[in-house]
Order: sequence, then structure tokens, then C-alpha cells
Amino acid sequence: MSETRRADGDPELTTYRDVQLSPDFSELRRRFRRFVFPMTGLFLAWYFLYVLLAAYAPDFMSHKVAGNINVALLFGLGQFVSTFAITMIYVRWADKEIDPAAEKMRHLIEGEHQ
Amino acid sequence: MLPLATEIGNPTVNIAIFALFVVATLAIVIRASRNNRTAADYYAGGRSFTGPQNGIAIAGDYLSAASFLGIAGAIALNGYDGFLYSIGFLVAWLVALLLVAELIRNTGRFTMADVLSFRLKQRPVRMAAAISTLVVSFFYLLAQMAGAGGLVALLLGISGRAGQSLVIAVVGLLMVTYVLVGGMKGTTWVQIVKAVLLVIGAGIMTLWVLAKYAFNLSDLLGAAVDKSPAAGEKLLNPGLQYGATGISKLDFISLALALVLGTAGLPHVLMRFYTVPSSKEARRSVSWAIWIIGIFYLFTLVLGYGAAALVGPDAIRAAPGKANSAAPLLAYELGGELLLGVISAVAFATILAVVAGLTITASASFAHDIYGQVIKKGQVSGDGEVRVARITVLVIGVVAIIGGIFANGQNIAFLVALAFAVAASANLPTILYSLFWRRFNTRGALWSIYGGLSSAIILIAFSPVVSGKVDAKTGASLSMITDTSIDFHWFPLDNPGIVSIPLAFVLGIVGTLTSKEGTNIDKFAEMEVRSLTGAGAEKAVQH
Repeated sequence: MSETRRADGDPELTTYRDVQLSPDFSELRRRFRRFVFPMTGLFLAWYFLYVLLAAYAPDFMSHKVAGNINVALLFGLGQFVSTFAITMIYVRWADKEIDPAAEKMRHLIEGEHQ
Repeated sequence: MLPLATEIGNPTVNIAIFALFVVATLAIVIRASRNNRTAADYYAGGRSFTGPQNGIAIAGDYLSAASFLGIAGAIALNGYDGFLYSIGFLVAWLVALLLVAELIRNTGRFTMADVLSFRLKQRPVRMAAAISTLVVSFFYLLAQMAGAGGLVALLLGISGRAGQSLVIAVVGLLMVTYVLVGGMKGTTWVQIVKAVLLVIGAGIMTLWVLAKYAFNLSDLLGAAVDKSPAAGEKLLNPGLQYGATGISKLDFISLALALVLGTAGLPHVLMRFYTVPSSKEARRSVSWAIWIIGIFYLFTLVLGYGAAALVGPDAIRAAPGKANSAAPLLAYELGGELLLGVISAVAFATILAVVAGLTITASASFAHDIYGQVIKKGQVSGDGEVRVARITVLVIGVVAIIGGIFANGQNIAFLVALAFAVAASANLPTILYSLFWRRFNTRGALWSIYGGLSSAIILIAFSPVVSGKVDAKTGASLSMITDTSIDFHWFPLDNPGIVSIPLAFVLGIVGTLTSKEGTNIDKFAEMEVRSLTGAGAEKAVQH
């Protein structure tokens, strides 16, 4: 890569472009997107299910489950549970699946710039 | 019967506790500011905070007076419909966690505009992003200052407009002092201290309320229903506030949309990601923030229903701060004037810390984006920029004080929701497109930012929020313009999100596809590689 760099005279951009086209980077990007996009779809769907039920199915939501605890409250608390769970899952996943590969690539790129 | 709210508490105790907080935090700010040398120190706290520290500061920045006073009041009066605020404000963090925080951290330097203009035409996009930053921060600021006014009315028994305005001015002056002396480092420490105090204070009140009902949530809910004869059972069901008509249901969905998509477009939240050294720490920050914010919102659920059960909706409505005084009134009911003093000082601290965070964001955007990059085209030293930023802080202080005096009395959770709608419309589409859509270009960004921004603001201006909303029972005005004979609203919803957010997303696509400008392949490669690997990202400042 250092050869091309000298030839093109624009070291930084050549390198970034090369990295972007490399199979390792494509794999990293694919792995990242395959996790975050479906996860985003999932929690948004779950959130809007709650919102729409609250707006258009108040009778169902007002159904009492135990004492004064109704379906609506359980749905609301369910949003908290899912948010905490997704946070934990994502952090654990990214630490394991993204960081090592990203760090390796970063050392490669920054090492060559010096 | 409760005594009249203007007579509750002891103003001397309240002021003493608050003064103690101000002195303590000022000492911290002065200490933290000793290492403020460069622009990275002033704007980004030297990028040397750890993930957990920044996570607590984010919680301190985010849990504004709207979260504490506004949501507790909304739940106390509107029951379950108030709970939507808590849920939307929390779930929104997943957008920031999964799609925005780390990528932004790796790509930008100081402001949101750094990222948005990264691979597009610098000056027009930066200008648009800076304007949007200033507008969103202004709306948010307005909400906080309005909260300060209401709180003061309650605590010091100042019901006169002039007295309240004076206190709003004092809050503004304090905020300017914090930011000028401490920069981002000082601001961050104020936010950390405040977040800890707020969570502890709300936690104690929550346990106290639950203990009164033998830790049986169902009994607490039952007591809230008994004390609210007007609402009755409906207090626990969805629809009390938004269920009346088809239009009001749409308003509920509009609010839900703005809340969940707004957070990741808030400039003062995005700027906090630059205070940590790496994307890994940015991820840890958000994770910490989500836990703290989530637990706090569970507290507000108890506090809201607790206020309904122990104080009662009539006493809350009669108090000078109306819905915003539910939490302080509950504190007084539980622990007398001492707890009221502590909780009020915490609420004041909350307002101060959030306002300081907004001020530094707005001043950074003006100095770094508009002055440094657009006017001076980058030919200005970091010191020159910081000097302009400091002058901007003074201007923002004046604007905030004047705006706060005007907004005094509005429900703050609601005002903040408007800021969220503007942020979700003007900022989020461009953030996501520039990170993930290769074809995206300058025209797409400009159409989306300006289109989202102006549609949100125009719809708010012609909504019932500004004019023409009348309480059906009392005939009193519920709008900002309190003269009921003035009515120029034609947009039926309070919150513009359901129209302006999709519109901004569509404008981004249409603008991009109708422009001949191609992708800057090299800059896009740099942005994509940097955002995912952290290569070439700004490093922490070494002292």
C-alpha cells in the first residue's frame, strides 16, 4: 500500500479507499449492519405496537391482570425490560465481534500513516 | 387539606440548600477548569472522560427538569398517558446506541455539523447543521428556563411576574458563569454531581412512597384512583389525555414518534460523545446512561402516581407551578420542608446543569461551525474560536433569560417534546443518510435539514400550542397566547412529528436523487472506514 501511496501523491485518501474495498472491511461492515439494522427494526416495531395498542385498543390495554395492574402497565414495563436487554446484548456482542476486528484494521491504517 | 402551595416550605431553608449546591459545584468547576488550554479542552473536555463518567453525565444532561418535574406532573394528572414520555425518552436511546453514538464519535471533532458536512459541500451543509443546532438548543433551553420560573414560584412563594423573572435571570447568570469558567469539563462535572443527587433524591422519594403502601404497587395505583374522582379508573388506562378523538389519538402517535426519534438528533447529546477517548467508551457511556435513565423513569412512575395519591390532582392544579409542582409537593407531603428544600435544590441543579450543557453546545456550534468554518473558512486558531464561543455564551445567556420569562408557566415535558420533534425532523434523517447511504449528497442534506426544520416550526406556530386551545370546562386558554380571541391555528395536532419527520426523510431522498452531484468517493471511503474502525479519529488530549 505504501507504494501506491507515493505514486498517487494523496496518501491518506488512497489508503482509506483501499481499506474500504478490502474484504476484511466489507466483512466488518456486513457484520455490523446485519446486527444493528434488524435490531433497530425489532425494537421500533415493539415500541409502535405498544403505542398503537395504547391509542386504538384501550379496552384491551385496560384489562386488569392482578389487582390494579393492567395490561397497559405490563406493556409499558415491558419496554423497559426490552431496552435494558437489547443494551446488554449489543454491548456484549460489539465488544466481542466488532472491537477486535476494528482495532486490528485501525492499527494497520494508522501504522502506515506514520 | 393541604395549605396553599405558596405557603409551603421555608424559603430560607430552600435558598440555603440551593446556595450550598451552587458553592460546591462552583468549586468543582474552578478545579476542573485548571487544565482548560485548547479548543478540545473547552469543547470536548479534553476527550478524557471515561465511559461510566460520561454515561452519568449524559444522564445528568438528559434527565432535565422535563423528566423530573414534567413527567411526574403528567402522570399525576393524566395518568398512564404521561407514562408515554418516560417510555419514549428511554427507548429513543437505542437509536443512539445502535446507529449513531460510536460512528459519530469516530467521525467528528466537536459538533454535529462536523459529521454532517464530512463528505458533502462543507459550507452550506455546515451552516444548515449549525442553524438547526441553535434552533433545537433554543427550544430545549426555553423549556428549562420555564421550569425554573415555575419552581421558584412554588418555593419562594414568589407569585409576581417580576419576582419570578428576576430568579430566571439569576439562573441564567449562574449558567453563564459555569460555562465560561469550566468549559465542557466543568459542565460535565456539574452534570455528574447533579445526576447522582437527582437519582438518589428520586430514589429516596420512591422508596418512601412505596413504603407507605407496603411496597404494593397495586395499592398505590388504587390510592391514586381514589384521590382522583374526576379521572377515576381512567387514570390507569391509556386515553385519559389523548383518547378523546381521532385527532387526539394521532397527536399521541405524533408525540411517540418525535420522542423515539428525537434523542439521537439532539446536538447537546451528540456533543457528549466527543468527551470520551474512543468508540468503545462511547458505547459504554450510552450503556451506563440507559441504565441510569431507565431506572430513573421507573422512579417517576411511582412519583407521579404517588403525587396523585398523596397530594391529589386538585392541590397540584391549584399550585403556582401547576403540573410541574407535583414532585416538589409530594416531597413536602412526605418529608416536610427539609425534603422539599433538598428536592427543590436538586431540581434547580437539574435545570442549571442541563442549561449549561445546552449553552456550551450552542456556543460551540456558533463559534466552531459558523464563525470558524463558514465565515473564516477554517483560517482561525483554536484560541480565536474559543474566544468567540465565550462571547456567544453571554449572548445565549441573555436570550435564554428573555425566552424563559416568556415561556414561564408552560408544561415543560411538553415544551421539550417540541424540541424533540424539531431534532428528529431536522437532524436525524441527515445523520442517518450521511452515515449509511452512499449516494446521499449536498442537496439531499440541505432539503432535509431546512425542510424538516421549517416544517416542524411552521406546524408548531400554527398549532393549538400557540393559539386557539381553550379548556372546554373553564373557558381558559391553554395556548401560549393566552388571549382567547386570537386564534390563527389550522394544524390540528400539538406535536408536528408525524408530518415533519417523514417529510424530512422524503426530502432527503428527493433532494439527493434530483441533484447531479456525485458521491465524493474518497471522502465517503474515509468516513465509512473511520466511523467503523476509529482510524484517524480524534484522540484524547494529553496533559
